[in-house]
Amino acid sequence: MEFECVIGLEVHAQLMTQSKIFSGSSTAYGASANTQACAVDIGLPGVLPVMNRQAALMAATFGLAVGATVNPVSVFARKNYFYPDLPKGYQISQYEIPVVSGGSLEITTEAGTKTIRITRAHLEEDAGKSLHEDFHGMTGIDLNRAGTPLLEIVSEPDLRSPAEAVAYLKKLHTLVRTLKICDGNMQEGSFRCDANVSIRPRGEAALGTRTELKNINSFRFVERALHHEIDRQISVVEAGGAIVQETRLYDPDADLTRPMRGKEEAHDYRYFPDPDLPPLVIDEADIALIRSQLPELPDARQARFVSDYQLSEDDAAQLTGQSEIADYFESAVEHAQGESRLTANWINGELMSWLNKSDIGILDSPVTPAMLGQLICRIQDKTVSGKIAKQVFAALWEGDSDGDVDAVIQSKGLTQITDTDAIAQAVNDVIAGFPDQAEQVRAGEEKVIGFLVGQVMKATSGKANPQAVNELLKKQLLD
Amino acid sequence: MLHEHSLTALRDMLRRREISSTELTRHCLDRIAQHKNLNAFVTVDESGAMSAAAAADEQLARGEADLLTGVPIAHKDIFCTRGILTTCGSKMLENFVSPYDATVVERFHQAGSVTVGKTNMDEFAMGSSNETSFFGSVRNPWDPNRVPGGSSGGSAAAVAACLVAGATGTDTGGSIRQPAAFCGLTGLKPSYGRVSRYGMIAFASSLDQGGPITRNAEDAALMLQCMAGFDPRDSTSINAPTPDMTTLLGTEVRGLRLGLPKEFFDTSVDGEVLEKVRESLAVLERLGATLVDVSLPNSAAGIPCYYVIAPAEASSNLSRFDGVRFGHRSEHAEELVDLYENSRAEGFGEEVKRRILIGTYALSAGYYDAYYLKAQKIRRVIAQDFETAFEQCDVIVGPTSPTTAFPLGAKTQDPVAMYLNDIFTNTVNLAGLPGLSVPCGFDTAGLPVGLQLIGKFMDEASLLSTAHQLQQETDWHQRMPEGC
Repeated sequence: MEFECVIGLEVHAQLMTQSKIFSGSSTAYGASANTQACAVDIGLPGVLPVMNRQAALMAATFGLAVGATVNPVSVFARKNYFYPDLPKGYQISQYEIPVVSGGSLEITTEAGTKTIRITRAHLEEDAGKSLHEDFHGMTGIDLNRAGTPLLEIVSEPDLRSPAEAVAYLKKLHTLVRTLKICDGNMQEGSFRCDANVSIRPRGEAALGTRTELKNINSFRFVERALHHEIDRQISVVEAGGAIVQETRLYDPDADLTRPMRGKEEAHDYRYFPDPDLPPLVIDEADIALIRSQLPELPDARQARFVSDYQLSEDDAAQLTGQSEIADYFESAVEHAQGESRLTANWINGELMSWLNKSDIGILDSPVTPAMLGQLICRIQDKTVSGKIAKQVFAALWEGDSDGDVDAVIQSKGLTQITDTDAIAQAVNDVIAGFPDQAEQVRAGEEKVIGFLVGQVMKATSGKANPQAVNELLKKQLLD
Repeated sequence: MLHEHSLTALRDMLRRREISSTELTRHCLDRIAQHKNLNAFVTVDESGAMSAAAAADEQLARGEADLLTGVPIAHKDIFCTRGILTTCGSKMLENFVSPYDATVVERFHQAGSVTVGKTNMDEFAMGSSNETSFFGSVRNPWDPNRVPGGSSGGSAAAVAACLVAGATGTDTGGSIRQPAAFCGLTGLKPSYGRVSRYGMIAFASSLDQGGPITRNAEDAALMLQCMAGFDPRDSTSINAPTPDMTTLLGTEVRGLRLGLPKEFFDTSVDGEVLEKVRESLAVLERLGATLVDVSLPNSAAGIPCYYVIAPAEASSNLSRFDGVRFGHRSEHAEELVDLYENSRAEGFGEEVKRRILIGTYALSAGYYDAYYLKAQKIRRVIAQDFETAFEQCDVIVGPTSPTTAFPLGAKTQDPVAMYLNDIFTNTVNLAGLPGLSVPCGFDTAGLPVGLQLIGKFMDEASLLSTAHQLQQETDWHQRMPEGC
């Protein structure tokens, strides 16, 4: 029997507010335990929550960006359960009326382009952290994270493969970062994903029993965890078993999923509207203001890159995958006097590989868009060849000549030799030095000309214009 | 005697420097010690009070005086106070010291008053007799074998026995007004949102409201002036200016329409209570008020509605008492679940557990619609009844409680009988309106009877001025229990 999988994702995006969603404590990451937890975060008797308006506006921003309804009135509800890192014994969330309803994202995979519907996005507070190490059989509690604003974005079960799930997740990741509502840092838990997964015989309409996968905190793990879980479900069903509805954790070290040890027995969260908080109102004026401040969205930018810069879909998609890269590109093109395709190639190729090697982000690149643009100009005006330009790039990366492209080229003597006499001298030397190969070319084996070009380039330390070398060789040997 | 003066009178005497705060505070502390049998206080902060009094005297000597400089008051032990215990009448918080002051406490500090201590109360404000306190029952100064009412029974007993001239209380379903009635005092529950709930340990968040318990309306106005006002830390507090209550006290009752809901004057009310209520209304009528018959047809649904909503909210509000961060922590816990179960089983009393169970049940999947949601609908209907009645009158009047103070132990075995004490008061909380109880006479046993005045939303002024005008014509509020 052939099975298909059905996947829905719940993403928790930490909103980039300065302070927590219901208190004035800082949300900065990495402070020592419990130093960023005030009376409200600790849930002391008598304290009350006060809504952080910034978080609400960020949620609305997201809603507009995915074409959703931003509900003019939404309601905070209490989700009641006991856990040591949940100070009040309930989490303030939204239940019946979330801030954002509907919306969608378009994804592209090898299988084509597809629309993934978003069910809802709601605001809630994060819990603290239980620390199980260093306490000798006891558990420590760090409440710094308690009360951090989260936007939980729930998709419809529209995803049909792990690849689609990853594509959706990446799309969402780019979007929230472009909107500047979430820093997307998956290591620090700013962008977390839970997946609901089920399988069914292909062609069947009814959904199978689902399991929920938690603790998947990188794109790579999402794909692997989903593959494992789907394979596991198929083997259970094929062996005549039934899927148990449960929460499973992905263990990246063992590379498998296992049932979560009972956090609690069957949950009845007893949701009810939080009487401490009035309904959240986002009126038309708020919406108009947010709409006017909405940045260009990744899809629109990609389309513009294709039409305005004559880039391939692939190049445009790569560049717009991160708004910082797209920003870099646009700035560099300007410095490159509009030479867009070459700039795109340099960013997606050379720059990316240097960034990856150094493990830094594009904002920290020592080669600025201005430097790259200038370098592209020097390639265009044939001051340097593409190959030499890589040496220039490396020098710029190391900080040579304070990033002055022309100074780097000068000081290293890398200026391309365009003087035909000088090249002719080198060509004649090579023909003399490699008579066998020269003869082969004369006999019609034109491919060998590449070897001779290489020798000329070597002799000129790569500074000769390869096109000029090629022409001269042909002239000398074939005319 | 010094303690027989009203809060306002003491405030003025201090300003005129006829007495010192040190002298007055010492006197209050001595009286508290002499009346320990009432069990009105959980904590007496002698050193804190005396140093605050000394500071007040220095301030007064400089000729500076805030609203209540040097006046001793007491806070219900539900308000968080930095540095001294805040127990909420529970074993759960037997040793809890709050690191911060409630907004109400802060405002009294700013007004210069001297906090002598924290008053006893029903555990987590759940009770109408003060018998659910972990620290034992409070006795009614009018008859030590009777209850003072609840849940602000300690505050009421302390003011009735003239241990302090004023105390704070909180009222979720009648917890200021009913003890005020039982102890012959003036007690005001302001409109929901008038007084900040920040630092007031939550029982039922949508119903809780702090207010004053005093011997007369003038004092209540003065205390309200101090407590009321917008607080950005409480999202349910109302951002509206507080009118000058003390000036408005002079407003005449002439032309005021008093609405008598027929549901509040039925046969379930004690005959003597009704008689005294009617007599006091006759006084107001003589002063020019007119009596209008009105109806609150859904009043009977008040108790069941209240006893779904209040426990539902309480079941969630009290979840934070889990033994993890503060409060009672069981020593008999192997697993996490034991820590929760044992800490809560040991820390909470019977009535609190009963309400947590009721509330948890009402919010459970499958019951939510039938109980919680239904109760919310009834709540809106009840509020609508008041709005309709207020089309015909300015203030609604009736008995505060169906009976006068009952003997200790009389209703502890019958929770429903206990809940019925609040039959005339809890609909006021459900509708978010201001309500005030004012003394209106004594029954043949010599126990005080309370008249309840219910006002339009944010119209505390009409209640205070009506009570004040009544007190200009009568002396019920001036009588004092024997031996006090």
